[in-house]
Amino acid sequence: MISAGSRHWFAPTASVVIALVLSVVPLPDAVGAFRPDWVVVVLLYWSLIEPRRYGLLSAFWIGIVLDTLTGSLLGQHSLALLLVVYLSQRLYLRIRTFPASQVATIVIGLLALYELVLLLIDGFAGRQVPFVERWAPVVTGGLLWLLVLVAIERSRQAAEARM
Amino acid sequence: MSGPGQVAGMPGRGEISLGARFVLLAALSLALIVVDHRQDQLSRVREVLSLAVHPIYVVVDFPFNAWQSITGSISDRRTLMSENARLRRQVVISQYRLQDLNVLEMENNRLRELLDSYEEVSEGRVMIAEILSTDLEHYRQRFIINRGAFDGVEVGQPLLDADGVVGQVESVSAMTSEALLITDPDHALPVAIERTGVRAIAEGTGDSSQLRLNNLTNSSDVVLGDRLVTSGLGGIFPSGRPVAIIDEFTQRPDQSFAYVTARPVSALDRNQEVLLVWKDVRVDSDEALTALEGVQQ
Repeated sequence: MISAGSRHWFAPTASVVIALVLSVVPLPDAVGAFRPDWVVVVLLYWSLIEPRRYGLLSAFWIGIVLDTLTGSLLGQHSLALLLVVYLSQRLYLRIRTFPASQVATIVIGLLALYELVLLLIDGFAGRQVPFVERWAPVVTGGLLWLLVLVAIERSRQAAEARM
Repeated sequence: MSGPGQVAGMPGRGEISLGARFVLLAALSLALIVVDHRQDQLSRVREVLSLAVHPIYVVVDFPFNAWQSITGSISDRRTLMSENARLRRQVVISQYRLQDLNVLEMENNRLRELLDSYEEVSEGRVMIAEILSTDLEHYRQRFIINRGAFDGVEVGQPLLDADGVVGQVESVSAMTSEALLITDPDHALPVAIERTGVRAIAEGTGDSSQLRLNNLTNSSDVVLGDRLVTSGLGGIFPSGRPVAIIDEFTQRPDQSFAYVTARPVSALDRNQEVLLVWKDVRVDSDEALTALEGVQQ
């Protein structure tokens, strides 16, 4: 069990670190606006696979790291991430039984909610974000979710094979 | 609603419920946001945090560094020789200009002495800083440099490059600093039109190839191609440094101000190295002041 536990510790941590790196890696201007919200997608993935893996406290800290990296107000990304992780944990039991298309709809809804929270706080701080740069990540995040679906299917098959 | 404990098949262990934890942490985040927005008290916290996330910057920067060292090491002899020749020519020209400059400086000093002015004009210490390849929020024109408090970087310090003004330091942590480009929407730079001496404020637009001048009237004497230099007002930037070239001047009869934009002269979007400038002038006068106080006591 211990070895299984340590193996389980590696993939979630590595995926979040990679998501954080991808969130700040420089992109050409034309592509930069379409950068998906990597961290949200990764956290949603773990919320659906292992709901206890990333709790609210880790969401809070990951948000703080994201705030530091992107130079936004401290607490801005934490609040948005907290809301997304909270809702996904609340809905976890029901989401698990949904067909993939419905799960994807919920994921897009949560991504939009995430951007909405960022938008409200940006508004509070008097900061304007161009329309495309605000909402394009929701679309690209949804597309990214298609890849995640494949990963979920793989892990489900692997789990069945183990049984 | 069943708690998360039951969901994952684990007993509750007497924890606070999911909802309560959410409310608690959300309130904490909101409090952080408000404090961070209203006051500057969190700058120490930010310093510690950016030191903690420094490894991420290094990871992000690594492929770019590696790429540069690879392309650098495999660039062939011919390119190196031609580059060498070009640099040699440049050194000769620069040296010639420098001699001119020395003559001018001596003349300037002589004139200043005549005017009985003791103001120090030298610009003091400079240091080269490398830009870490990190995109901060896309619509904000900011970047991270690899010099921090350990190197003596201060908030508000100007950043220049070979062509002109790049930006200024906004926050400093131990090993890195965050800098604001002159094209950041939050940045305003006091400038003067070199040809006429007319003063204006150049504001950032969020587009690294454009600055806006909002307070030039329709009747201002502005010609396309006019060069903007720093006016030195505001005391942050040394005066007379090239900033931008006017590339649009549209008179708007229905409004009191004309629509004027300018293109920055420094390569803001593809700079790898920038120059940090210290103003020894202020430091000197501070030291002089403390020395004076010591004498009086």
